[in-house]
Amino acid sequence: MADKIATREAYGKALVDLGNENGKVVVLDADLAGATMTKYFKAAHPDRFFDMGIAEADMVATSAGLSTMGLIPYCSTFAMFGAGRAYDQMRNSVAYPHFNVKLCCSHAGVSVGEDGGSHQCIEDLALMRAIPGMTVIVPADAKEARKAVFALAEYNGPSYLRLARLATPVFEEDYPFEIGKANVLREGTDVAIFACGLMVSESLEAAKLLEAEGIHAAVINVHTIKPIDAQCVTEWAGKCGKVITVEEHSTIGGLGDAVADVLMGKVACQFHKIGVRDQFGQSGKAADVLREYGLTADQIAEEIKKNI
Amino acid sequence: MTTQELQAVCRQVRRDIVEMTTAAASGHPGGSLSAVELTVGAFYHAMRVDPANPHWEDRDRFVLSKGHVSPCYYGVLAEKGFFPREELKTFRQLHSRLQGHPDAKKLPGVDASTGSLGQGVSIANGMALGAKLLGKDTRVFVLCGDGELQEGQIWEAFMSAAHYHLDNLTVLIDWNGLQIDGSNDEVMSLGDLPAKLRAFGFDLHEVADGNDIQQVLAAYDAPTAPGKPKCILAHTVKGKGVSFMENQAGWHGKAPNAEQCAQALKELEG
Repeated sequence: MADKIATREAYGKALVDLGNENGKVVVLDADLAGATMTKYFKAAHPDRFFDMGIAEADMVATSAGLSTMGLIPYCSTFAMFGAGRAYDQMRNSVAYPHFNVKLCCSHAGVSVGEDGGSHQCIEDLALMRAIPGMTVIVPADAKEARKAVFALAEYNGPSYLRLARLATPVFEEDYPFEIGKANVLREGTDVAIFACGLMVSESLEAAKLLEAEGIHAAVINVHTIKPIDAQCVTEWAGKCGKVITVEEHSTIGGLGDAVADVLMGKVACQFHKIGVRDQFGQSGKAADVLREYGLTADQIAEEIKKNI
Repeated sequence: MTTQELQAVCRQVRRDIVEMTTAAASGHPGGSLSAVELTVGAFYHAMRVDPANPHWEDRDRFVLSKGHVSPCYYGVLAEKGFFPREELKTFRQLHSRLQGHPDAKKLPGVDASTGSLGQGVSIANGMALGAKLLGKDTRVFVLCGDGELQEGQIWEAFMSAAHYHLDNLTVLIDWNGLQIDGSNDEVMSLGDLPAKLRAFGFDLHEVADGNDIQQVLAAYDAPTAPGKPKCILAHTVKGKGVSFMENQAGWHGKAPNAEQCAQALKELEG
């Protein structure tokens, strides 16, 4: 693990480069360009950047209209306001006609920190995953966020990209990225850990702690929650017989449920979800808040030991 | 087309509305009947469209923000030849392209999926903004209901239209004064609507009788103000053309029975 870079930072920088090579790319924000990091695109391509003011519903439906003109809108705000406030617009104006809008939301999960529970969206994956035809992606690090931005430009349809505020470790290894194809980051035989977003690096650390105690954990980065890589999930659940999912999201409706949907009735295995357990977040330093909800490597390792 | 010919089209669309809602035993006749002249005026006079080539890149765009008046929309699209008139019989039936509310995935001539009120102006703004960015002379028309103006997003979108100087956008408001639960004033007053629209930056054109095709065409033809979105605020009659439906909120979302249908069709004979 090398530098720490937030996925939102990588997103903003990637948009600039994507904009350089693709003139159809337009970016919209709702007065949060300095936080979602679309400010870089705004500076580089001002004619293709639209600030829609503090009006997320309007922004998402405007993106729907832009997409019908053959443009490729990347639409940004915080997860709470994009997936939450503008849910209806995303469902009816964008996804129902299967328009090509990329809703890219930063400040997802409890690692938002100080802003507190009102801003820590832990239901966005559940909301976006439930919409028919949606593609839902959660990059694990800055490199993956960049690749996701470029991959989404080649994908035609409604999508949701979940980004984080917190700067987190960037993997030294350069993994391939293909929408819908999970990456096995660590092989193991005793338990398969399926993780997404910031929880991938925590899970890798947890796997090291478990290794020291003789438990061989596989870690799979499920960056695409929908369409989920059912083949990979089935294969590794079968190999290990014990499955753990880890997400910085409610345990209701997110990665854990997506993995369970694949396995239920098909693979006999022990199954346990790690995430935020049906409660709201709260203010605090990001590291402290993550610890409060049991989402740090040592806590994940303990939870796994208790449940396998 | 002559005024008489356009009036004949309007009568035919009204008959279609009555027949479609009767056959489906559901749907929204009241607001469909009030919006006929605005919609016919758009598709037969104001807009550049080619029914044989519904996805033509340089066509003008139409968004039915009040998506529940799909019978009016479908009637006009069928008359224009976007799809066979025969298909009107399938309205609201399983596997039909004529969904209860317009589905852009399914039906040629439909540029946006609508039905959840308040979203159409934003979608139209996106089209108008996109056209400008691409250097196209495409014009965009969006039809709103009056009750729909109670949705907050409408006013977000009005702000955006003025902010981005969308003078290629025309907002059409079908001001029949009635909504499901009663009059606008009983349910949630719109207040001084013309003043509000002007204050939001519209080049406002108020039409005294929005069910008079000549007055509607004159509003479409009125010179536009550079840099300002245009709004045609049309006073209309809910249920227009069918005596027992006129000005009755109860006919917002109720289908006629066979007997009522026969009477309505008789009243709508050319």
